Amino acid sequence: MVNVNRRETVTENRHKKLGLSDEQVLEMYRTMLLARRIDERMWLLNRAGKMAFVVSGQGQEAAQVGAAFALDREMDYVAPYYRDMGVVLAFGMSARDLMLQGFGKADDPNSGGRQMPGHFGQKKNRIITGSSPVTTQVPHAVGFALAAKMEKKDFVSFVTFGEGSSNQGDFHEGANFASVHKLPVIFMCENNHYAISVPLSKQVACEKISDRAIGYGMPGVTIDGNDPLAVYEAVKEAADRARRGEGPSLIETISYRLTPHSSDDDDRIYRGKEEVDSAKEKDGLYTFASYLREINLLTKELESKWDEEMKEIIDDATDFAESAPYASPETIYRHVYAE
Amino acid sequence: MPVINYIQAVTQALKEEMQRDEKVFVLGEDVGVKGGVFRATDGLYEQFGEERVLDTPLAESAIAGVGIGAAMYGMRPVAEMQFADFIMPAVNQIISEAAKIRYRSNNDWFCPITIRAPYGGGVHGALYHSQSIEAIFANQPGLKIVMPSTPYDVKGLLKSSIRDDDPVLFLEHKRAYRLIKGEVPEEEYTLPLGKADIKKEGTDITVITYGLCVHFALQAAEKLEAEGVSTHILDLRTVYPLDEQAIIEAASKTGKVLLITEDNKEGSIIGEVAAIISENCLFELDAPIKRLAGPDVPAMSYAPPLEKEFMMNPEKVEHAMRDLAEF
Repeated sequence: MVNVNRRETVTENRHKKLGLSDEQVLEMYRTMLLARRIDERMWLLNRAGKMAFVVSGQGQEAAQVGAAFALDREMDYVAPYYRDMGVVLAFGMSARDLMLQGFGKADDPNSGGRQMPGHFGQKKNRIITGSSPVTTQVPHAVGFALAAKMEKKDFVSFVTFGEGSSNQGDFHEGANFASVHKLPVIFMCENNHYAISVPLSKQVACEKISDRAIGYGMPGVTIDGNDPLAVYEAVKEAADRARRGEGPSLIETISYRLTPHSSDDDDRIYRGKEEVDSAKEKDGLYTFASYLREINLLTKELESKWDEEMKEIIDDATDFAESAPYASPETIYRHVYAE
Repeated sequence: MPVINYIQAVTQALKEEMQRDEKVFVLGEDVGVKGGVFRATDGLYEQFGEERVLDTPLAESAIAGVGIGAAMYGMRPVAEMQFADFIMPAVNQIISEAAKIRYRSNNDWFCPITIRAPYGGGVHGALYHSQSIEAIFANQPGLKIVMPSTPYDVKGLLKSSIRDDDPVLFLEHKRAYRLIKGEVPEEEYTLPLGKADIKKEGTDITVITYGLCVHFALQAAEKLEAEGVSTHILDLRTVYPLDEQAIIEAASKTGKVLLITEDNKEGSIIGEVAAIISENCLFELDAPIKRLAGPDVPAMSYAPPLEKEFMMNPEKVEHAMRDLAEF
């Protein structure tokens, strides 16, 4: 007879070491889950012909929420890019707000139905308004950081963009400016391997996007974007550094875009199902849930309770936004200039 | 009243606004220690320090874009493009961002940035230090374009641009910097954006123009006055959005209208002015609307005879005015 020793693997509690409480990590997970569920509902609404356009953050919630939780959400400014539902939820935007945006309704706080979904902006939550030409938000975040330095304020600015955007002049000009003037800004590249159809290998020839930091004299790190705790740690360190007056940092988070680029894209043209399926196995939403289960924080009861809550929140937001009025046509003439 | 030149008016406006409001700061290439390649920011670095007179890396999109970010936060940046010709890398920031921030956020955010740039020819600057760039930006609602002609207007309009809650492209004629002098009151004043100004009252022909060409028209008008031709001159001052009412009134006053720009003719500001007049003044006109402009070649050349052929001057203006008077 062979005596088999059952080796119990005990999952290490990683978040306490980072100074995160149990409540905080559960809240992180809940925010990731809400972002995912809203995103999924939006696709359904799109395919049902109710929502004209969806651009998705699925697969990147871990990086987005991990980063947002490392910032001071009462003080810092964020310049998100169009996939950052996780960031804006963490910074105070609600499911109703996001659905109002999706349906393009008058009370959409981002733009009152003027911009496409994913074009975030909400001053009361310090979410800086963004546009569609990619990477223009990078110099803006640097400008907020410049204001922080000039006004001797303690806030930092945080800006995200895709790996394709790291080729744009505005990334390079902004990064260089920030580093020369030692400004409190965090550049986070959410590397999801695709710029619409063009894969990473045809976007850059360097090994890592974070290598680009060297040219600007700032620290650059590449981390697992599916691990919200790793992202939290990196962004926290960058924020601390920024607040100490030591300047900007570049963080590259590696994850994968689980959906097509947008509701108008068919990703089967340029990538195989196996590749997507294999990325789904590493989906941060599920791996983080596993971690929380293994350390006995995420219980079955809590999961089913949250599943119910998510459904209620999203049903409510959908009904609320769908029945909300559009802005009246004559409002298009307003707010061209100060009134 | 003290007489100062055009560029001194720029410097005075910047200095006084920086004294008045600590949120005002300037950024650009060589604006600091050097005081600007034209010396528009002369003395500001010494007075206000390097944080408020910021020498930036050589990268125009960042100069505009970082300024835009700071403006959204609540600062009052005055960004300098060293030459208007070099504004091109910043076009995306100006058109896609600054001009649309208020509109796209449904009035949640706004962007009170002023972007100054020296434009115009007659300085042996060749293709890339002579251009008029206003037409590129002149169909971008959300943006204002100011192009003053006199020191008085420069100072009053630059102050208003800095205080304005929307982005302003403030274009200064570089040939005018030291050529044009004028009286500027010592006491505080501002001038309204969006308002044209009658620079000379007249009854026979109307000239509508802006920038340095205002002075060419004034000189030519003086000569024609001796011949018995009275010229009415309207200075647009803000070329976008245009002061339609002032244009209609000036055109209607004489019924003979000459429009002048130093820019290439096709697609220029004065084409829009002509359209306003033809839509509104059909029964007031006594002659076809005439346009005098730079030729439709890419830009000015370096060699003096070639530059002269392109560049507007008092003789060309006088000739066109006389032709119109005789129509």
